[in-house]
Amino acid sequence: MPRLGRLRARKIRFQRLTPWLLLLPALIVIVPLFAGGLAAGLLRSFNYMPVIGLDSPNLAAYSALLRDDEFLPSLLLTTYIALTSTVIASLLALGAVLMIRRLNAGRSLINFLLQLNLTIPHLVGAVGIVYLFSQSGSFARLALHAGFINEPQQFPALIYDPAAIGIILVYVWKELPFIALILLASLQQGGEEFEAVARTLGASRWQVLRFVTLPNLLPALLASSMIVLAFTFGAYEIPALLGAYYPAPLPVLAYRKFTDVDLASRPEAIAISMIIAVLSLIFVLLYAHITRRQIEN
Amino acid sequence: MHTLREGRLKTDMTTSVHRTQSSRQTPAPVLLAFALMIIWLVLPLVPIVVWSFAKRWFFPDLVPGEWSLQAWQYLFSPVSGLGKAISASLAIAIPVTLLSCCIGIPAGRALACYNFRGKRAVQLLVLAPVLVPGIAVITGLHGIMLNLELNNQLAGVIVAHLIPALPYMILVMASTFARFDTEFEAQARTLGANTFQVFTRVTLPAILPGIVIGALFTFLVSWSQYILTLIVGGGRVVTLPLLLFNFVSAGRNDVAGALGVIFILPGLIILIAVARFISGRSGIAELPSRL
Repeated sequence: MPRLGRLRARKIRFQRLTPWLLLLPALIVIVPLFAGGLAAGLLRSFNYMPVIGLDSPNLAAYSALLRDDEFLPSLLLTTYIALTSTVIASLLALGAVLMIRRLNAGRSLINFLLQLNLTIPHLVGAVGIVYLFSQSGSFARLALHAGFINEPQQFPALIYDPAAIGIILVYVWKELPFIALILLASLQQGGEEFEAVARTLGASRWQVLRFVTLPNLLPALLASSMIVLAFTFGAYEIPALLGAYYPAPLPVLAYRKFTDVDLASRPEAIAISMIIAVLSLIFVLLYAHITRRQIEN
Repeated sequence: MHTLREGRLKTDMTTSVHRTQSSRQTPAPVLLAFALMIIWLVLPLVPIVVWSFAKRWFFPDLVPGEWSLQAWQYLFSPVSGLGKAISASLAIAIPVTLLSCCIGIPAGRALACYNFRGKRAVQLLVLAPVLVPGIAVITGLHGIMLNLELNNQLAGVIVAHLIPALPYMILVMASTFARFDTEFEAQARTLGANTFQVFTRVTLPAILPGIVIGALFTFLVSWSQYILTLIVGGGRVVTLPLLLFNFVSAGRNDVAGALGVIFILPGLIILIAVARFISGRSGIAELPSRL
């Protein structure tokens, strides 16, 4: 009997190990690359690198950033781009989903186009937006033919502009379908019965929307907004292609400092990366919190 | 059986709701919004395609003054660097996808089928690299990769692409395994199947759609990666997105247009292929129960 008990105990212990054994290869890759990369960046941003003799950590890189004329405008610009893009994309996606639900035909076409958009890299979207909205782009040409402008310079600068309209347009174009698909999926998972019940109980169409549909969609909307915020805060190629030179959004500024011939600005570049990392990790935690509560409910 | 009947009742109810809704005509504002949305979704792609066939397209012409295949001919000539860029992109994306599959499938199973202490932390660790921007991680990792002499070459870029790609594959596999009932494996074992048979005849057929979809989209994650390639590749590894960026910056709109078309092609093909896969999924999902 005691031998059987020992065997069973060993079996249970092994079962407890199984998930960790399955996860082991993944952890061996993710922990050093992701957590290790972030940790190395954090140490470097504090000027702590014992290997090359820097063994007293300090905040020099961060204080250099604060003294840099471009950093604060860049931070504000990046925050503005991320918030504006996310809010516009979320609201338009919500409107689009409510519209799609009232369609009798054409749902599969719109579904296909939304999914197609998901597969298109941001860079291609950015190129398309340049061709459409630059001062020599399609809309400027149309404006000239319609008699609104006489020469390209009169068309409002929407690309490389201080208000970053071109960047926001790309993000809205790419993130609207992403949020809309998440909302459509969350609608499919249930909730339609509740609307039917509300209707049978005499709720008006507006009341159903206000008290059933919108509260039902809210967690998915917030969760996808967190993903979009994290992305728009740290994506490089779109602002690099469409942004004004000064102030450059944070990811572009980080890259510029990182590749500067003056290696002394590298810790500053990494300090900017750490700021992007901390903010996006906050958005990830919020996302995880929202989706967890959603699952528990 | 009971739950099945309940499910059927549910769908009956919702379809009847749809029917009452669709018996009404779609209101004009909805139709207008529908048309606007369709236009907005395809609009940025139009000038890309048109530019690729334009020879001269000066301001303020609405259509190119002269059409030609010049951009395409240039791209497919050896001087454009397209061949090298495509082979670099594939030489990175294919190993990244294969590695992500091998490592991601067991990890996805662990997250979906087991409860264990620290699971929540692991879930966050898998979620974060998908959502945290590449530049935040790679500037710090760059120094470590420098010491390992991984920078400026394909191997280093492959390693870097694993940061967003592998966790993505794990998430897809976790949601695939969440829909898979491990009881089927236990039943097969009771009927005398060995571990290998259980995997090839029960588990694999059930999770295959998830693997295919996950692998294809993991491929796309690597295929469209820009900043990780730029920093780790150090300008030596030129993938398709880097080449596209160069042509856009150089103002070669026609070549950039053609390159843009080539760049989105795999995504389009994958989407069409997967759409078929998904539509046939109900049949595939029944496979394990047939044993």
